[in-house]
Amino acid sequence: MSPDTEEQYLLRRRPASEKLVDVGFKNLAIALASMVAIVLFAILVVVFWGSLDSMGRYGWKFLVTSNWNPVDDEYGAFTAIYGTIVTSLLSLAIAVPLGVGTAVFITENIIPRRIRDVIGVMVELLAAIPSVVLGLWAIFVLEPFIRPFLNWLNQAFGWLPIFSSAPMGPGMAPAILILVVMILPIITAIARDSLNQVPIKLRQAAYGVGTTRWGAILNVILPAAVSGIVGGVMLALGRAMGETMAVTMIIGNSNNFSWSLLAPGNTIAAMLANQFGEADGSQVSSLMYAAFVLIVLTLAVNVFAQWLVKRLSLKY
Amino acid sequence: MTVSSSARPIPDLSYKPGLQRNLLSRLLTLIAGLFSAICVLPLVLVLAYVLIMGGGKISLALFTQLPPPPGLEGGGIGNAIIGTIIVSIIAGLIAIPVGVGGGIFLAEYSKGGSFAQFIRFGTNVLSGVPSIIAGVFIYGIIVSTRIFFGNSYSALAGGIALSILMLPTVIKTTDEGLKLVSDDLRRGALGVGASRFVTIVRITLPTAFTPIATGVVLSIARAAGETAPLIFTALFSPFWPEGIFNPIASLSVLIYNFAIMPYQAQNELAWAASFVLVVFILAMNLFARWLGRFAAK
Repeated sequence: MSPDTEEQYLLRRRPASEKLVDVGFKNLAIALASMVAIVLFAILVVVFWGSLDSMGRYGWKFLVTSNWNPVDDEYGAFTAIYGTIVTSLLSLAIAVPLGVGTAVFITENIIPRRIRDVIGVMVELLAAIPSVVLGLWAIFVLEPFIRPFLNWLNQAFGWLPIFSSAPMGPGMAPAILILVVMILPIITAIARDSLNQVPIKLRQAAYGVGTTRWGAILNVILPAAVSGIVGGVMLALGRAMGETMAVTMIIGNSNNFSWSLLAPGNTIAAMLANQFGEADGSQVSSLMYAAFVLIVLTLAVNVFAQWLVKRLSLKY
Repeated sequence: MTVSSSARPIPDLSYKPGLQRNLLSRLLTLIAGLFSAICVLPLVLVLAYVLIMGGGKISLALFTQLPPPPGLEGGGIGNAIIGTIIVSIIAGLIAIPVGVGGGIFLAEYSKGGSFAQFIRFGTNVLSGVPSIIAGVFIYGIIVSTRIFFGNSYSALAGGIALSILMLPTVIKTTDEGLKLVSDDLRRGALGVGASRFVTIVRITLPTAFTPIATGVVLSIARAAGETAPLIFTALFSPFWPEGIFNPIASLSVLIYNFAIMPYQAQNELAWAASFVLVVFILAMNLFARWLGRFAAK
């Protein structure tokens, strides 16, 4: 509200009690809003504080060694960090074309509005399915279904390090697929919003000079919407890195490092979910250290995504 | 000028399906359609499996009995259903007042100052924090310090962890809902002598009720399905709830625990619990959608 309207409110003489309620309510609102900052700050402090012991003991070696041994108090989280980064990046590589393709399909007048809306709602409902239910589905349906295909990959391309081990149930590959399912709705929703914001004039101009539908999409519409889409992709990356339950249930939770995507692996989030309940002593501190690494990774990705969205918003 | 135009042939503007670029365009459309089908497929498959595998197990016993010990048949998930409701209520009781209050500050009091910008930025950052981190945080400050009467794992700790995840959604929807309220309404209220407090509580908040309620319903649905923050805050309990200062069962943790057990009876209960949870969450989502459409009328 502008300052001149503010003056008009003061025309009436206000009793002291009313002023007190007003000021009190405003301060309450400020205090409640501050909770966000306090919680965020407290999360960083608590996790950092908890990991100090482990940080002092293992230092940088924690990040680059993969020996996780609670019996001898030796901890290195490289397996989990590698798993976090590889699973999230590979799932992104699969989900981006699928998500953006779907967004194009449901924004560019290709199919009747009713079918478009149905697809849109279904993608949104997919986002609402709890992670743990997707994990259950991955264990009993997805993984047995894709195992023959993974076996074939191993036999045909076993000479490549990433396919070098025989699939034995849970592993990185099914975890990547279930991550694709989880981040697809985010990418689709944000790409759809960005595409919807592209001005109609740009499309009209493109069709006016005689291009085909995909000529317009690839050369005009997608470049115009790319900033929003990239921002959405970054948000999805942050989500993929922190995704816990479905991954924990299907990745195998192995602390032995392997380059192979067909072997069981681990992510930071899965390691936390799996071990925190029964950890004590320096294991708790090491898990806190891993959690701190995860926070730093996801915060960096999220802050970068927000900066990107703000910085590169549509200039038409 | 007129001379050259007569020499130019009239272009043929009709659509030629055989042109290479038209063929390519149709091919790409086909691929995009295929991608959409792949996107929708997981939802259909997951729903189908949950309905088939879980729907068959629905019975009265499922809602009224305790889960069986590992390896035994029968039983139900009654304690987990009640536990999920209790934990979600605790989370809502914390997150809704705080979130609505914060949203009121952002929409009504802040004039786009640096503090408000910082809070908005913080809200976005907090919504990007992985859910398991909320669990680690609550473990660090509540569970490991045994604040509540010396009890470590408790329903209250689980509820607080979930409230952290609900908070950003509630703040954002309140902020955006209040921004939609026309300034004329505020001026009208203030013009007839209402105070700021009365204007907000009696005029702007009720006007923005539907968008706020939609956001709250969606955030509760999300919290009810969360597992990661609960597995080491509320833990799990095979018994009926024993108050909010003790460990408590929840549907999502039950699914997680029972899915990875090597017993068929437990696996079947996990599917049944998924059925109950998914039906609840989808119903909440459709309800929120209906609320939104109701408001648009």
